[in-house]
Amino acid sequence: MGKNITEKILAKASGRQDVSPGQIVEAKIDLAMLHENTGTPAVMAFREIGLKKVWDPSKVVVILDHNAPAPTEIAAGLHKYMRAFVKEFNIGTFYDIREGICHQVLPEKGLVLPGQVVVGVDSHTCTYGALGLFSTGIGSTEMAGVLATGTLWFKVPETLKFVYRGKLPEMVSPKDVILMTMGKITSEGANYKSIEFAGPTIEAMGIGGRMTLCNMAIEMGGKAGMVDPDEKTLAYLRERSTKSFEIIRADKDAVYENVSEFDVSTLEPQVACPHAVDNVKNISEVEGREIHQAVLGSCTNGRIEDLKEAAEILKGKTVPLDVRLIVFPASREVYLGALNEGIIEVLVQSGAVVCNPNCGPCCGGHEGIMAEGEVSITTFNRNFKGRMGKGAEIYLASPQVVAASALKGRITDPRRLA
Amino acid sequence: MLIEGKVWVFGENIDTDVILPGKYLVVTDPVELGKHAMEGLDPSFPKRVAKGDIVVAGRYFGCGSSREQAPVALKYSGVAAVVAESYARIFYRNALNIGLPVLEIENTKRIAKGGERIRIDVETGEIRNLKTGEVFRAKPIPDFMLEIIREGGLIGKIKKQVAEGKLTDQ
Repeated sequence: MGKNITEKILAKASGRQDVSPGQIVEAKIDLAMLHENTGTPAVMAFREIGLKKVWDPSKVVVILDHNAPAPTEIAAGLHKYMRAFVKEFNIGTFYDIREGICHQVLPEKGLVLPGQVVVGVDSHTCTYGALGLFSTGIGSTEMAGVLATGTLWFKVPETLKFVYRGKLPEMVSPKDVILMTMGKITSEGANYKSIEFAGPTIEAMGIGGRMTLCNMAIEMGGKAGMVDPDEKTLAYLRERSTKSFEIIRADKDAVYENVSEFDVSTLEPQVACPHAVDNVKNISEVEGREIHQAVLGSCTNGRIEDLKEAAEILKGKTVPLDVRLIVFPASREVYLGALNEGIIEVLVQSGAVVCNPNCGPCCGGHEGIMAEGEVSITTFNRNFKGRMGKGAEIYLASPQVVAASALKGRITDPRRLA
Repeated sequence: MLIEGKVWVFGENIDTDVILPGKYLVVTDPVELGKHAMEGLDPSFPKRVAKGDIVVAGRYFGCGSSREQAPVALKYSGVAAVVAESYARIFYRNALNIGLPVLEIENTKRIAKGGERIRIDVETGEIRNLKTGEVFRAKPIPDFMLEIIREGGLIGKIKKQVAEGKLTDQ
């Protein structure tokens, strides 16, 4: 009987011939990622255990990205604490504030590879599944356990297969694909399950788009989201890693709990409305809603192609004075690329405030918190009540929708501006 | 392991931003975190909740961010256990790992009204409404998870392994 990607990867990681959904296995961890917010309590718990070493320093990555540079003394204290941990325990890889968001930096640096099991103290760790791994978010105490033992128990999840067909229409992007999926599957629809994103639309999608999809697997409750590694995956990795890895693909006769088919050939831009990620509507249903702030960036949509799409809409135009457009390239590499291509200039000329790569206001950190009664449209992945400021509302959309909306000061269909 | 306390009823899809808002993620002192539990939904909760109280909620409790600060805030505000129809998986594991019992049972509306007292037997999953006498049974928690709860959380369990020589520096 054929096996899917999750079953194969967890079997390999737990040293078993094969595994089945529902089975509890203990898997060896290939890489553990910590950032300063949830990494600090993880390190505090690890220190309580009293071991002198982490299980394998070469398999631990620490990155400062959530509130970077530190906006407050408390945040600065967390940075200092994590730097001390890195030094004391000889942590293999450390990125200080200059690199950017964990979920963009780790793939860029070739640290996450097909066939691996990767865990991070962040729910969007599922992003790396775009390269064909099993990667999932865990809590701080759990991470302390991983630092001590290098293994973690998993209940092998069922897998849902989502098959997408059709060419994406003009001004419709991977973000619209995942928002549409969210609306249909709902926020609990994939709870405890792995998601395999497949089909011709995905095969035609670049790695960045696949990352946008996998990034939001958790928003449906997904344990992990992944895409079968293919030539695009190999091309991405060729210039980033010389390490060997195993391509693990689903068998042709793999078994899934459910297979859903989606046709995106007539998909409209989508918008997730306050205060739930699955409160998704076609843009035609929400156009015209006034906004105060538009934010472009994050681990969901902070890549060069996202900034480029926004810049194409903003080029030569000016964002009205009563709208704040804030931009967060997801990493130093993205920022440099955008500088070289003149994208940053276009954005700044339009009136955007371009910030350093970091998570910024996404989870209520800094650089764009909102006041009561304000409305923001962002390319982020969550719009829970109060997340970016008490009494403020958040809409989620694609880079093109965010750029078009910034220009008009209202939620706007980018196709109208073409 | 018996837990007895006053019930606080919450609805469905209670996310971790509401349980512990993002601006407090920089706080590392659990007692301080406890002062902000459920602040996103009910800012008076931390002042009114008493030690030993029990949260009873609908489906998908703890959805959203993986922040362990959420179950920590609940635990240190005084909440002794959570009973819900279903949990987001990261929250579920986090709660177990910090020694906060989390029980799963269908249709939690029938268990108790807010303010009523219930008694929970964590090991058998039995929930008793002390006012009405009605008894309900939650899904049993697997043994290895009960072991973690008995040790007060994962760190307690690992420290025991280190003390017994079962886990050493590699």
